[in-house]
Amino acid sequence: MKSENLTLNKNGKFEINFTLNGKEISAQVKPKETLLEALRALGYKGTKKGCDTGDCGSCAVIFNGKPKVSCLMPAFAAHKAEIITIEGIGSVSKPHPIQEAFVEAGAVQCGYCIPGMIISTKALLDKNPNPSEEEIKHSLDGNLCRCTGYVKQIEAVKLAAKKLAK
Amino acid sequence: MNETKNFKCVNKRVAKIDSLGLACGEPMFADDIDIKGLLHAKILWSPHAHAKIKNIDVSKALKIKGVKAVLTYKDVPRIPHTTAGQGYPEPSPYDTYVLDNKVRYVGDRVAAVAAETLEAAEEALAAIKVDYEILPAVFDQLDALKDGAPVIHDEKDSKNIPDAKRNIAAKFDFEVKNSEWFKEADYVIEQTYRIPYFQHCAIEPHTTICYFDHQNRLIIRTSTQVPFHVRRIVAQALNIPVKNIRVIKPRIGGGFGSKQEVLEDIVAALALKTNNPVKLEYTRKEVFVSSRTRHPAFMRLKTGVKKDGTITDADMEIILNTGAYGSHALTVMMCSGSHTIPMYKVKNNIRFSGKSVYTNMPVAGAYRGYGATQGFYGWETQMDMMAEKIGMDPVEFRKKNYIKLGEGSPVFKAMGEGREGVEQVITSIGLDEAIERGLKEIKWYDKKAEYEKFNKTSSRIKKGLGMACLMQGSGIPEIDMASATIKMNEDGSFNLSVGATDLGTGSDTILAQIAAEVLCVPNTDIIVYSSDTDLTPFDVGAYASSTTFISGNAVRKTAEKVRDMIIEVAAKILEEKAENLYLADKHVFSKDGKKVSFSEVANTSLYYYNQHQIIASASHTAHTSPPPFSAHFADIEADTVTGEITVKEYVSCIDCGTAVNPTLAEGQNDGAVVNGISHTLAEGLEFSPNGTPLNANFRRYKIFTSKDIEKIKTILIPTYEPNGPFGAKSVSEIGINGPLPAINNAIYDALKIRLFEAPFTPDKVLSALEKKVG
Repeated sequence: MKSENLTLNKNGKFEINFTLNGKEISAQVKPKETLLEALRALGYKGTKKGCDTGDCGSCAVIFNGKPKVSCLMPAFAAHKAEIITIEGIGSVSKPHPIQEAFVEAGAVQCGYCIPGMIISTKALLDKNPNPSEEEIKHSLDGNLCRCTGYVKQIEAVKLAAKKLAK
Repeated sequence: MNETKNFKCVNKRVAKIDSLGLACGEPMFADDIDIKGLLHAKILWSPHAHAKIKNIDVSKALKIKGVKAVLTYKDVPRIPHTTAGQGYPEPSPYDTYVLDNKVRYVGDRVAAVAAETLEAAEEALAAIKVDYEILPAVFDQLDALKDGAPVIHDEKDSKNIPDAKRNIAAKFDFEVKNSEWFKEADYVIEQTYRIPYFQHCAIEPHTTICYFDHQNRLIIRTSTQVPFHVRRIVAQALNIPVKNIRVIKPRIGGGFGSKQEVLEDIVAALALKTNNPVKLEYTRKEVFVSSRTRHPAFMRLKTGVKKDGTITDADMEIILNTGAYGSHALTVMMCSGSHTIPMYKVKNNIRFSGKSVYTNMPVAGAYRGYGATQGFYGWETQMDMMAEKIGMDPVEFRKKNYIKLGEGSPVFKAMGEGREGVEQVITSIGLDEAIERGLKEIKWYDKKAEYEKFNKTSSRIKKGLGMACLMQGSGIPEIDMASATIKMNEDGSFNLSVGATDLGTGSDTILAQIAAEVLCVPNTDIIVYSSDTDLTPFDVGAYASSTTFISGNAVRKTAEKVRDMIIEVAAKILEEKAENLYLADKHVFSKDGKKVSFSEVANTSLYYYNQHQIIASASHTAHTSPPPFSAHFADIEADTVTGEITVKEYVSCIDCGTAVNPTLAEGQNDGAVVNGISHTLAEGLEFSPNGTPLNANFRRYKIFTSKDIEKIKTILIPTYEPNGPFGAKSVSEIGINGPLPAINNAIYDALKIRLFEAPFTPDKVLSALEKKVG
């Protein structure tokens, strides 16, 4: 989606429509606003800002089926897209098996990188339900974590794959 | 020593209590709340390493639409303080001002703006006109000590700087002399070691939101490791009463020491000026440059050794670069010696000479390892050099010399944190087992033989093994204090309120486990609330590996008081003597089989009889700081063509006493080790000749990712520390100290080169290989 396909309204904003966690959403976004800023402004605080340069992966969302960093993407690019944030994966009252696996494996320390890690894991396991350790490491490569040394996160992805296979 | 305990909740792998919320993206961090009318703050940072502000004109900035305040040094109180979030009185010099008319490094504060939008704030920064008088600058700590070097703190009002004219922010000297220096030594080895600027890289940038409650009290919601120190230091720096401030620490996205630093003052000043809520969120570049770093170190170690493996003398000199301000300057420097020298017996003479030196560089501060990382790099490299010199197996050499159960060190008493330490002897140690388990896990002796053969025939790839032994402390004895409150509810659950600060470490969880162990309930019956200066009792905060040991003991004591109160009520209900009663499984039992549930006890006390709230508080300080011990083993592969070092396997065995939660303890150690490996092979801030950081982003300051690690294994070695809560001592910092020396020793094993300047990047490996050949 290019910005010229959208017209600025009288507030100098684009009006965009997209699917967010399965719900139809309309939003007004500034031309320079990033998708990360727009999502957080809409109240989806699970998507985190760690660097703003696309290097840490804390802001990852599933965008039309693929994991993408939302800090580099203009918000208007979400027009007519399908986006899943961490809130769309599961909730405390109804967690997704991947979220349960991260908890059980002890993969969550400060938790700041975890939504991005879980997004990457979801995207991986959707495509490849039985990944090798190398494939797991490869798919988490874009998610920086300073707490865990990745050891228990790699275990968590393996555990999640097992849970989902059941 | 390994007291066997039938723990019910301690030493169990219970889930971290906040982990599901975090995994579901619940709004738990500082920036995850929406506040109406929130202003955005930005700071104008100095482009110069050293300059006087001759004139600063903010008139244009103030005219920009949406700009609500612009602060310069003219608008804020000039009160010398330290940003080091330490106990009062802080052992760091008072050399910092909210804003000053002088800038001392590229990235120093010049002015601050609050505006309705981030864009307006940024526009305002660009519109501030600053006229600088550029001063000569100095970047290296050794240069800053030379005669005629620029004086960085020439202001008259700073306090507790030992020698401002010579740029000395802190110094400490100590000597034990029993005989003539090096007289008994068969060999003397003298070597220097250097460590560059490392940054913590907590994934959550420093974030602070200030707002006002209905009584116009200032609420500081902030990513801090030290909420009570934030309250005290902000009150001091802005000259406002402590009672007008409330600090709330929500969940924190990692700290590692970088958030033991009080940088909230400027946001509070903007909030007070505008009488509006204000948020400041550092960019990643600002985190790298203008938060805090590890102290770069120059270390000289001269040691004497006898052919029989006795270490006769140790002369350690360390000169740290503290950057523009002396945050943690004295204490990190002292810990570089106090956490390392006692590791091994030194028969005759010990000398420590330390300085922390001002330069026009980013400000160093607390960083996991806290001086021990710098110290052990030298010490554990030199242990291998000494072993080689006398032809002894480096493992056996260490085993012969490391401190044993019941032994002390003159260093414990002589060197504390910022002042004299305390006498102590080792009351728990599992280092023998740690070494044995590690050797076995990594297949040390088999691989030694295999690699020797391999290296003879392989010309490009070489393989090697290296090890290191480590210690740290558990809190700062007779300084750190923690407290807790526990209150009983009708259903027999408990609220545990602690000042202790969980920054992702899991301290809320392990403190709940400790309370649950005493009160005989599942840990899920303990509802934890932590780190809110209005609602929780005091705790110094999360640093110095203190939380499990100090805060854990405070919780244990508090729970014991509550247990006694429960028994008192139950004694009335059951018509029994208190001494015949005990707690089990959410009930109070008498020896002859009568029982009453916690819920009945709570309801009785709240509603029926001798009505009172079952509630208690207790505090804890420690008189010793029992060290955890660890043995680290690195298995590496070196590419002699590219200079690349790959850690194929890394095993660390840690004696942290009883692991209150083994999963969390392993996680602490895994994280520390990988951070250390990342330091060793990849990290380091780089600067232009005028002191401008060149790689202040994750693209060019590389930290390890999941793809960079191969086999990483933590093995917990259980011991029982009699002074710890249920036998526990600290776990969080020690692991970061091992990779520099263990990998250095493995590189020597593979390539017969030693590297004396970290990080061990391919260029350094290749240049050392060339020198060896040349």
